[in-house]
Amino acid sequence: MSMAAIIEQKLHAALAPIRLEVEDQSHLHAGHAGAREGGESHFAVLIVAEIFSNSSRLARQRLVNEALREELAGSIHALSIRAVTPEEAGEIS
Amino acid sequence: MSDNPVFDTIQSELDANDVVLFMKGTPVFPQCGFSSMVVQVLSHVGVKFKGIDVLANDDVRNGIKEFSNWPTIPQLYIKGEFVGGCDIIREMYEAGELQETLKAKGVATEAA
Repeated sequence: MSMAAIIEQKLHAALAPIRLEVEDQSHLHAGHAGAREGGESHFAVLIVAEIFSNSSRLARQRLVNEALREELAGSIHALSIRAVTPEEAGEIS
Repeated sequence: MSDNPVFDTIQSELDANDVVLFMKGTPVFPQCGFSSMVVQVLSHVGVKFKGIDVLANDDVRNGIKEFSNWPTIPQLYIKGEFVGGCDIIREMYEAGELQETLKAKGVATEAA
């Protein structure tokens, strides 16, 4: 399974998002420190979930980080997170 | 919190400086795009900050992650309080919240 698929699976299980996009941006960082051979090191996540309602920016990112604790301690070098509520995303929950 | 000796080093930096950025590289020569972005934001806001290069010290590099319970670098502290990493600082800056937070905490900015 690709790292992007693992991230997707874990975030789905932990945060029940109504929308989730995981983008592998490793190619943008090829050759620089932290980039691994074969990529799968730099990711960007857009996640829309009800669970973020009434949570600070910090608390939202902590929820995502917590769900991906193992991966962040391992092979993920960088993770850009945009965590929003359905209202903020302009979507009907 | 823990008996990790590097926590004392980190805490004394936070006690001595209003704004501290744990980053890769230095404010003049950032070694990572995410650290570089936060430096640019802080410069734009016109706030004085202390940059601490985690690449220069592995104990600090690993210790700060545990200290903040935050897995990535950069990490920004204002008046001893953890504010966030690159995504949060960028979002706060765009919403005008970073400037407000600095003001509320009594930290001087050139732009203010």
